[in-house]
Amino acid sequence: MELSEHIKTANVEDAVLRQPLHPAARGTLCVTGHHLLFSDREESSPQHFLLLLRNIDAIEKRMSGSSGTITIKCKDLCVLQLDIPGMEQCLNIARSIETLSCLENVSEMYPFFYRPSDQSLKDQWGLSSTEKHYSQMTDLHDRWRVSSVNRDYSVCPTYPQAVIVPKDINDEMLVKAAKFRHGGRFPVLCYYHRKNGMVIMRSSQPLTGANRKRCREDELLLQAVIDGSDKGYIIDTRSSQQAQQARMTGGGFESKSCYSCWKRLHRQVERGKALQESLIKLVEACGNDSHNMDRWLSKLENSKWLSHVQTALSTAGLLAECVERDGHSVLVHCSEGTDSTLLISTVAQLIMDPCCRTLEGFLALLEREWVQAGHPFQKRCAHSAYSHARLQQESPVFLLLLDCVWQLLHQFPLALGFSEALLLRLATEAYASSYGTFLCNSDKERSVAILSMKTLCLFQALLRPKERRCYANPLYERTELAIWPSVHPQSLQLWRGYFLRWTQQARHLEEAQEEIRNMVILWEKMFEYVCFNFFMLS
Amino acid sequence: MEHLRTPKVENVHLLDRSSGQRRASVGTLYLSATHSIFVEDNPETRKETWVLHSMVNSVEMPSNSPAGSQLILRCKDFRVLQILIPQERDCLDIHASLVRLSRPEKYSELYCLSFNPNVNKEEREESWSFIDLMSDYRRMGVPNNLWVMTAANSEYRVCDTYPSELFVPKSAAPTIITGSSRFRSRGRFPVLSYFHQDTLAAVCRCSQPLSGFSGRCQEDEMMLQAVMRSNPGSDFIYVVDTRPKLNAMANRAAGKGYENEDHYTNIKLQFIGIENIHVMRSSQQKIIDVGEMRSPSMTDFLWGLENSGWLKHIKAILDAGVFIARAVADEGISVLVHCSDGWDRTTQACSVASLLLDPYYRTIRGLMVLIEKDWISFGHKFSHRYAHLDGDPKEVSPVMDQFLECVWQLSEQFPCAFEFNERFLLTIHTHVYSCQYGTFLGNSQRERKELRLPERTHSVWSQLWKDRVDFRNPLFKADLSQSQRVLRPNTTPYCFKMWKGLYSHIDKSMPPCQSPADFLSAMREESQQLEEELTNHQERIAALTGRPIVWEKTEVLKRRTTHLQQRHLGPDPPTSYIQPITGHGQAVALKQANQMALNKEPNLYLPTECHSKLKDHDPDDCSTCSDRESGVADLRSRSSSGGDYAKDPDWE
Repeated sequence: MELSEHIKTANVEDAVLRQPLHPAARGTLCVTGHHLLFSDREESSPQHFLLLLRNIDAIEKRMSGSSGTITIKCKDLCVLQLDIPGMEQCLNIARSIETLSCLENVSEMYPFFYRPSDQSLKDQWGLSSTEKHYSQMTDLHDRWRVSSVNRDYSVCPTYPQAVIVPKDINDEMLVKAAKFRHGGRFPVLCYYHRKNGMVIMRSSQPLTGANRKRCREDELLLQAVIDGSDKGYIIDTRSSQQAQQARMTGGGFESKSCYSCWKRLHRQVERGKALQESLIKLVEACGNDSHNMDRWLSKLENSKWLSHVQTALSTAGLLAECVERDGHSVLVHCSEGTDSTLLISTVAQLIMDPCCRTLEGFLALLEREWVQAGHPFQKRCAHSAYSHARLQQESPVFLLLLDCVWQLLHQFPLALGFSEALLLRLATEAYASSYGTFLCNSDKERSVAILSMKTLCLFQALLRPKERRCYANPLYERTELAIWPSVHPQSLQLWRGYFLRWTQQARHLEEAQEEIRNMVILWEKMFEYVCFNFFMLS
Repeated sequence: MEHLRTPKVENVHLLDRSSGQRRASVGTLYLSATHSIFVEDNPETRKETWVLHSMVNSVEMPSNSPAGSQLILRCKDFRVLQILIPQERDCLDIHASLVRLSRPEKYSELYCLSFNPNVNKEEREESWSFIDLMSDYRRMGVPNNLWVMTAANSEYRVCDTYPSELFVPKSAAPTIITGSSRFRSRGRFPVLSYFHQDTLAAVCRCSQPLSGFSGRCQEDEMMLQAVMRSNPGSDFIYVVDTRPKLNAMANRAAGKGYENEDHYTNIKLQFIGIENIHVMRSSQQKIIDVGEMRSPSMTDFLWGLENSGWLKHIKAILDAGVFIARAVADEGISVLVHCSDGWDRTTQACSVASLLLDPYYRTIRGLMVLIEKDWISFGHKFSHRYAHLDGDPKEVSPVMDQFLECVWQLSEQFPCAFEFNERFLLTIHTHVYSCQYGTFLGNSQRERKELRLPERTHSVWSQLWKDRVDFRNPLFKADLSQSQRVLRPNTTPYCFKMWKGLYSHIDKSMPPCQSPADFLSAMREESQQLEEELTNHQERIAALTGRPIVWEKTEVLKRRTTHLQQRHLGPDPPTSYIQPITGHGQAVALKQANQMALNKEPNLYLPTECHSKLKDHDPDDCSTCSDRESGVADLRSRSSSGGDYAKDPDWE
């Protein structure tokens, strides 16, 4: 196999591994096509440590005399050190890691080789689909339909094959509307609010350009959305200035004169490079224990990460408010419609819809709104906070989403059916995974790579009974109410579980979580026994 | 009573944001000798808000508005009440009365002397003997062949701010004690604060030596030798000066200072750098301002937090505790702690160290013992620091607030290590200021004795013990506490958070049904009941069948839900999301910003036509004093988009 060409030294004896919260261990290091494997020499209880190469964000080599030290910085923010005897060996290992950790070719990646004994490629792939989503919402059927205009991905390469659109708009009109939208992402339905029949639509920016082009079909499409209602809202996640500027490069916004029934609101939600830089600054601040209090607080502020969390949550709150309280439909978009658009619509759905707050519901939501809706995971998660490589299209939008969800969980510990552990797992898997779920950038790429036949599905794996135990929230009690998050700075917290994951502090918090879980299990057992006894006695 | 000019004003608007209220309620304001009482006109709720006069920190009267005159009451527990009174005359009267009543001049005016809970004389006496310090010393294993009790300070002859019963090294003769005390500020010579049985090392406390630039005292040097010798395994002691080195050096010019390592053999001097009470006072004012900011951007908030310096000070105190605990537990070296007078920073450092060293102090009763020992008995000047009487404002400082916050920060880091919860800490905080009980009154044991407090007032400890169910942390693991005797906290800056429970009243929005602690407490209680029921069942089954039963799995039943019918969870969105969040980095001076926010939103001017008469009530009833736990946040909305909940089917 080709990957083995990159491995000059496959085995090193007498290497030393240092990882956070563990004593240093001496043992054997192996490099394979996709992993680093370390086995220590403890004869009584040998320990193995397995690291997916894809998880490595950056390495640093330091040579001293005849041996070398490689510092490995992972995408899950863990920092490891390997002491390797022999300069040549050390350099070989470092070179292998550098090449194998950023393979470009999808089909060489580990998910195509991952074959655990308890899961099979024949297992169902995915939880949700447009058709299934549509069939679950019968109230929708008189006014909305499933269109397969995109069945060969020619109308919009980043949309799935089927999308939900107003019944009155035929496929021809959709094709024309798509030409008027960035990347062909014409407005489609992503959420239907059962309580009042209002909807959330999402799209990309309209291509009005400098000379204010119009598109009759696009206008009709949006008109059909608010059919019968007096108005709708457009939430543009760019500032109005940014939206104006976009016209110079052929983009633009829905003008008042052409979309008279739609009221535009601008809320700037950061994405792209600025967000990536924010993450880098925050991780840098968290990684340095020697800062004093003033320096830490000023670095935390300077990273702006919490400001981004605040803006994202409050924009999602605004969207939910338009739908739930004002009773109006909303169209949300940014430029491409593949990043902050998805972020805002996902958080808003969690705020309003109890069905999205169960473990299954949340995973299905992520699958619909992120995987199928074409968030370019492979581009956005190519590197994390440590990489020295020049930034290309990396941006931690998905991580920002998970942080927002964590804030919801923190403010409403009983309202979500899943635990912090799930969010941590997803944050890790998005960057490096044994599963195929987060591979590729769109539905189209995924179908070309035949992921559903050749890799395993993470979401299915997370729902197996054994996994479910650690990812379900033991305190969960379904509430039908909307959960309005507070966006006051004092209510928002640094997500310590993630950003300080490899410190002692996180361990104590995990302990507390475990204690809660045990208490709930004890309580349920007790309850069960008493009921059983009661049954016996009566 | 002579200070009460207008005992009752009708048609008053009150806004109490601390209880999650978002718009003013209308009612009648009563002024009694001890409380301001506001009773809502709404005939359905008739909610009462009680504010003890001694809890009022300041009464402001900002400029008048067309709807009447405003009063702003800032309380010592950082609640802020806004009151709108229609007539300016009434407002002036109330203002004058409150200003006088909130600043008692004599102990005899204090609330604890008129406060009379329904208990008899025996119970009151019992309440004072609830905490017995001698039994705590016995618990830590003293007296023993290393440490003995000294009678030197009986009748407070040597040091009038120390307790009469003190433990000193066995080898310290009375002449050494008196000699050493003459060489120490206020006569506070080195005495035992905590004895660690596992290592035989001790935490001792004193005040600064009166060394100046070159002074020395043989007895004092012998005293430190004696402290060292009381720890058989060691050949030196640490002397922890909790002040910044610069301050300590400056003190030398005034004939005070710190131990000269040339004169004292076998000591290692360590400076920690906790700032003085004046720095702390102004720092706390800044963090209170941060807590009161109405809609700050994240930048303003973090900048304000940094600028206050508050968390830096909390970290310094915790660092002092960690240093002492490490020396005692890990190195087995005794530590002598002092600052200037040895009653503020020293007290903080010693009590934090004890808390880290001994799991007993992490229980409900243990924390009471710790406060009684290190704070009350060793002469922390409660009445001065917490302004029980009208006095020198320069003496006021949040020393105890900082200790309680250290405990809170630790409990956030170790969620299973403490038997008590945040509510317990907040309740202690309130009573340190409230003067409702005699426990925290006065500045020393001697003063308390002279005031005959045990005969005239009640002790807070037995009351807190009675209410202990409310203060229990459901996650507390007593066995963990045993295995992890010494807590080793991380004091990296990222481990510290602003104590929202104390400083931020804007956003107490978590509905009770979303509090995991309450949920778990209820569940733990129910588990116990179920267990009893189970034993009962087992006995009956055994009696019926004559054989033990084998359990089989039955289907787990769904948890019963006891939800309040609510429209939504969390704060009302319109107030939060509509305002655009501007990230302009230049933070306006916080006070100004707050003032602007206040002016922008005239929350108090709401039309209302409710006028209803009040029913009589008993002003001595204190049960409603604190409405901290008043439950679900006010769910009504000021927004036009919010709609009318009465029309909503969910809202019944």
